[in-house]
Amino acid sequence: MFSPKEYQDIEDKVRSGIRLSREDGIRLFHCTNLAWLGMLADYARQRMCGDIVYYNVNCHVNLTNICTSRCKFCAFGRDADDAGAFAMTKEQAVALVRDAMRDPHMAGLHVVSGLHPTWTFDHYLDILRTLHETFPTLYIKGFTGVEITHFVEISGLSLREVLQKLKDAGLQAIAGGGAEILSDRIRGELCPKKATADEWLEVARTAHSLGIKSNASMLYGHIETLEERVDHLLRLRELQDETHGFQTFICFPFLPKHTELGKTVRQTSAWDDLRTMAISRLMLDNFRNIKAYWVMLTVPVAQIALGFGANDIDGTIHKETILHDAGATSPRALQEDTIIRIIREAGRIPAACDCNFNILHVFDGSEEERNVVNGN
Amino acid sequence: MRLTPKEGTNLLLHGDLLAMGREADAIRRKKFGNTTTFIIDRNINYTNVCVNECRFCAFFRRQGHKDAYLLSEEEILDKVRETVEAGGTQVMIQGGLYPHLPLSYYEHMLTSIKANFPSMTIHSFTATEILHFAREAGISVLETLKRLQAAGLDSLPGGGAEILVDEVRQRVSPKKISAEGWLEVMACAHSIGMKTTATMVIGLGETMAQRIEHMEKVRRLQDETGGFRAFITWTFQPGHTQLGGEKTSGWDYMRTLAMTRLYMDNIDHIQGSWVTQGERIGQLTLGFGADDLGSIMLEENVVRAAGTAYDMSIQKMVRMIQGAGRDAAQRDTTYAILKRF
Repeated sequence: MFSPKEYQDIEDKVRSGIRLSREDGIRLFHCTNLAWLGMLADYARQRMCGDIVYYNVNCHVNLTNICTSRCKFCAFGRDADDAGAFAMTKEQAVALVRDAMRDPHMAGLHVVSGLHPTWTFDHYLDILRTLHETFPTLYIKGFTGVEITHFVEISGLSLREVLQKLKDAGLQAIAGGGAEILSDRIRGELCPKKATADEWLEVARTAHSLGIKSNASMLYGHIETLEERVDHLLRLRELQDETHGFQTFICFPFLPKHTELGKTVRQTSAWDDLRTMAISRLMLDNFRNIKAYWVMLTVPVAQIALGFGANDIDGTIHKETILHDAGATSPRALQEDTIIRIIREAGRIPAACDCNFNILHVFDGSEEERNVVNGN
Repeated sequence: MRLTPKEGTNLLLHGDLLAMGREADAIRRKKFGNTTTFIIDRNINYTNVCVNECRFCAFFRRQGHKDAYLLSEEEILDKVRETVEAGGTQVMIQGGLYPHLPLSYYEHMLTSIKANFPSMTIHSFTATEILHFAREAGISVLETLKRLQAAGLDSLPGGGAEILVDEVRQRVSPKKISAEGWLEVMACAHSIGMKTTATMVIGLGETMAQRIEHMEKVRRLQDETGGFRAFITWTFQPGHTQLGGEKTSGWDYMRTLAMTRLYMDNIDHIQGSWVTQGERIGQLTLGFGADDLGSIMLEENVVRAAGTAYDMSIQKMVRMIQGAGRDAAQRDTTYAILKRF
C-alpha cells in the first residue's frame, strides 16, 4: 500500500528545483496517490508560470483527410477513393475561416492535415499564403513535424528551405502533433510510413534555429510502456535544453473508436490522463506551458487538469474533426465565455493568447476585460 | 478536530482542490485502506406519476399523461427476479408521489417481494415518499415506517434531501418535503433501527454556505442517531428540466466531494457518483475521498430521463477501480464485502 513517505525524496527534489531522473519518472507512474501527484505538479506549475491559464479563440482547418500514412491509431485518415474522403480547395478553406471570423475575437488558425498523395508542396504553400493574405490579422500555427518531413520528401528541398518557405508564406508556429511516442519500436508498429523519431525532432530543432517556435506532444495509452512514456518526455526535455523553442506540451490520450488499433486497445481512464499530465509537468521542467486539451480529456476532466500541472486549455476550435472521427464525446467547439468561466472557477486567471503565447487579453476583472466581454 | 460550519464554507469558497483532495484521501485510506466497493442493484421506478412536479425533475408525468405508468405487482416481481439472476443483492424501489394509494399497497409490494425472494435487501422509498404515504394513510411517519419495516423494508435511500435549506427548496421544489420533514423521517427510521443513507444535490443555485448548512444538519443528526451509512453528492442535471441552468463543473463537484469527506467525520462511507458525473469523473472521486462507487444499476429511469445515459457492467466497474490502483470489491447494503476481484 502506498505511503507518501516513499516519495518524499521526489517531493524534496521538486521543491528544491532539482531535475527528476528517468527512474523518478517511472516511480511516479506507480504512485497511486493522485491528489499528492496533482499537488506536486501544481506546485511546479505555479513556480514556472504563475496563475494565468492560456486559451485561444481559434479555428481548426483540416485541409484534407486523404493521407498516405494511415497510422493505426488514426480514425481521420482516408484513401482518396474512400467514402468520406475530402480535400478542400483554397476557396473552401477561405470560406471555412470566413465563417469562423464571425466571432469578433477570432485570433488564429490551427492548420493540420493528411499527407495528401498528389498535392505538391507548392499547393500547400499556396493555401497557406492565401489564408495569410486573406486574413492578415489571424495568426497561423500549423503543420506538424510529420507533415513538414513529408514536404521535404515531396519537394526535394532541404528541411531548412521548406521551413523558411513556410515562414515566408505566413506560418508563425509549428503544431505539436505527430510526435506520438518518439520511439522507433512504437513508430515501426503503428506508423511506419511517416517521420521517424529523429526526423520529428530534427524538424523542431531546425525550426527553432530559424526562430520558429513549435509545440510538442505525446500520444499515449496504446502499445507503449510506462518507461517509454518517460523516455519520450526525456527526449523532448533534452532538445528543449538545447533550443528552448518548444512552447507548450500536449498530452493526447489515444481515442480508440473507429481506429484499427482500437480493436485491441481500450481508452485510457481519467485517472491515467491526470497522472500523465502531472508527471509531464514534473519531468518537463524546462517547458513553460502544459496543455489540457479538452477535446480529448472532456471538459470536466480538462478543468480538473488545471490542478494537475496544466496552464493552457487550448481553444474554442470552431469545429473539431480529427478526434471526433475517433469517437471524442466532447463538444466540437467551446464558447469563449465557457472557457473563461471554467478557468476562473479553478481560481486562475484566463488570458486569451496567440499561437506564440503573447497575451491578447487578460481577464482579471479590469476595465479592459469588461470592454472585451462587451465586444467593444 | 472537527471542522466548523465557518471553516467548511471558507474551504468550499477558497480551499485548494488538491490540498483538500489529499487530506480527504488520507482519511479515506486510514479507514478503508486499498479497498473500493460497489453494489449490484436495481432501481425499480414503480411509477412516474407525481403530485410534486419539482422543477429540477425530468422524470415525472401528470396522472392521465400518455407516458404515465404504475407497474403491476407482476412487473415488479419480474424485475426483482431479474435482479437476483444478475447477481444483484438490493432493490431500490422508488417512485413519484402517486395519489390515493393505500399504505397496504406498499406493504403488499414488500411482503410479496420478501415471500418470493427472501434474500433480497429492500433499500427503498425516499423520505418524500414516506411522508406522502403517511399523509395518505392519515397516520404518523413513525407508524408508517414501522408498518413498512414489518412488511420487509430494510433501509431507506437518502434521496430527496436535495439541499436541506428551505429557502432553496422553496425555489426548486416548493411542494416537496421540507428540510425538517426530511430529517424527521430519517430520525424516525434510525429510531427503529432502520439505517439510511444521505444525499445532497448541488447545482440548484445554492450558496456554499447552504451546502455546509446541509452537511451540518446531517452531521448533527448522525451524532444523535448514527443511522446514516453513507453520504452521496449528486449534481443537478439541467437537461430537459424546467429549472435549467449550467451543469455543475468538474472542479466544483470534486471540491465538494472532498469537502464531504472532510466534514462528515461521523459517516463512514463517501460515495462517488458515476451516474451523474460519468465514468471519467466518477473514477477521479476515488482520489478525492470516495471509498465507494455505488451501484451497477440495472435500471435508472430518473437519471436517464434527464439526459445522462450511462450503463456499466461489473467488468467496467472493476476496471475503473483497478485503474485507480485500488482493490475492487462487491458489497451488500450494509457495506459487508461479498466478493473481491
